[in-house]
Amino acid sequence: MSALRILVPVKRVIDYAVKPRVNKAQTAVETAGVKHSMNPFDELSVEESVRIREKKRAPGGVEDICAISAGPTKAQDILRTAMAMGADRGIHVDVKEGDDLEPLTVAKLLKKAAEEQKSNLVILGKQSIDDDANQTGQMLAGLLGWPQATQASKIDFGEGDSVTVTKEVDGGVETIRAKLPMIITTDLRLNEPRYASLPNIMKAKKKKLDKKTLKDFGLENEKRLRVLKVSEPAPRQGGGKVEDVDGLIGRLKELGAL
Amino acid sequence: MYALARCSLPRRAVGLLSPVNAVHGTFTRSRLLSTLAILEQRDGQLNQGSLNAFAAAKQLGGTVHGFVAGSNVSAAAQEAAKVEGVEQIIKGLPETYAPLLVENIKKGKYTHVVAGHTAFGKNLLPRVAALLDCQQISDITAIENDKTFVRPIYAGNAIATVESSDSVKVITIRSTAFAAVTPGSGSAAVVDGVDPKADPSAEWVSEDLAKSDRPDLGTASKVVSGGRGLKSKDDFDKVMLPLADALGAAVGASRAAVDSGYADNSLQVGQTGKVVAPELYMAVGISGAIQHLAGMKDSKVIAAINKDADAPIFQVADVGLVGDLFEKVPELTEKLKSS
Repeated sequence: MSALRILVPVKRVIDYAVKPRVNKAQTAVETAGVKHSMNPFDELSVEESVRIREKKRAPGGVEDICAISAGPTKAQDILRTAMAMGADRGIHVDVKEGDDLEPLTVAKLLKKAAEEQKSNLVILGKQSIDDDANQTGQMLAGLLGWPQATQASKIDFGEGDSVTVTKEVDGGVETIRAKLPMIITTDLRLNEPRYASLPNIMKAKKKKLDKKTLKDFGLENEKRLRVLKVSEPAPRQGGGKVEDVDGLIGRLKELGAL
Repeated sequence: MYALARCSLPRRAVGLLSPVNAVHGTFTRSRLLSTLAILEQRDGQLNQGSLNAFAAAKQLGGTVHGFVAGSNVSAAAQEAAKVEGVEQIIKGLPETYAPLLVENIKKGKYTHVVAGHTAFGKNLLPRVAALLDCQQISDITAIENDKTFVRPIYAGNAIATVESSDSVKVITIRSTAFAAVTPGSGSAAVVDGVDPKADPSAEWVSEDLAKSDRPDLGTASKVVSGGRGLKSKDDFDKVMLPLADALGAAVGASRAAVDSGYADNSLQVGQTGKVVAPELYMAVGISGAIQHLAGMKDSKVIAAINKDADAPIFQVADVGLVGDLFEKVPELTEKLKSS
């Protein structure tokens, strides 16, 4: 089996526990001064890559784990986190703050990066929790012409470059098998990401971090979608509480729900 | 859904329903519009939820065609053909399904391609969009005009209105935002699609689907959902299942309940699970984290039973009952059964 060269795309997003606020101009969500972290699904991708190496799960071994992120300068913090978790090195593609890339552009960028890095496995989060698009992995697989396994909850490696993946689907799970090179996107059930220890955070500072721009990949930030407006969802008013079960049934009948 | 192992590729039937009644459009450019709605089927059975894609397609105006693929799609195609305003029907893994769809989209010169934002649609459509060099628009909840769409972002905490400049708009829809159409007296002819016979690069191995006689979570009119407050799988089954049966409801769960093993993954409601919008959503022992609210806050009536009077779920619930679920839920179940 070929040695794995894993590419792990990670995204810097508003922390999942923060309630996002729409800005006054209704053009976007307020990001200034808001806590950011690594997209939770991407933490799973990094963790899985590191575990594949640590547990020697792939017959051919793991040769390289490269984390990549496109975003503002602060995206480097996220790459350092990935390296503190065990990625070998990072690539930062500098994109101006607020000049977010659409999934199709990210997929085109990752295609070039995967070719350049001679990656044979790309593990992505199934979706970023800001845009909620759930597209990049599938688009990348389409552009590269590689097989895809989305919403993975279990990954096993076999002989002859075969990879068996259990996927979360509506109604249960489904198992598929494909050969490297391939694309996998992670579901929450895949693993439990580790916390980076202080010594590893210190070591991560010395790991290689390449800085690039979209131009280095021959790309521009071409936007197909124009955001006309971003608004707050219609607020929902709590309807108050009832004293007992009879009150609950009575109120539900009044509301026509029973 | 895509059981490639069970259908040899060369024999894969690609049934296309022929052009049907052009639905009169609501938009000025509707006559130029033609939409391909991607339908899901399993063993010849049409996924009723995917009929919502037709509803969205009809809203766009213009011609509506349907598309079903698989090893044995005749029955599903016939069923879909009865929906007024429909054309095509396909099956397989995205690796084979995507090129198949791309060829048929190009041949039909469709301006819009619509599928449900289900595990199936999410897996397939972005691959199709990339092959067409289009930026997909995911999980839309409303159509403003033929190029402007509304979709939730940040787990439903913000609503974005976006305008697409792509020549083909590839869209997944939030099923609960578009009322399903029911097969009626339509009579679309079924036609064979083009099949580029792409070689599969992945193979289907097996599936393990949760079996249940209860209504499907994604489309049920009533949902009862349990959270961490249920304490164990035994308690979850003992408390929640009778309540679901008394109401004729589907069973859902919070991530905490799923992660703790009280309920199956496929029952998870929320940003990372299913998005539901039933007539009644009853949250039992669920605090109401934003990721959970993302999956249910468009429900018509929300009821909550929780012992913590300050739980955030009470801020969105139309009716709340503070109390121990282990007492209140069985009492509720009994009273519902006897009423």
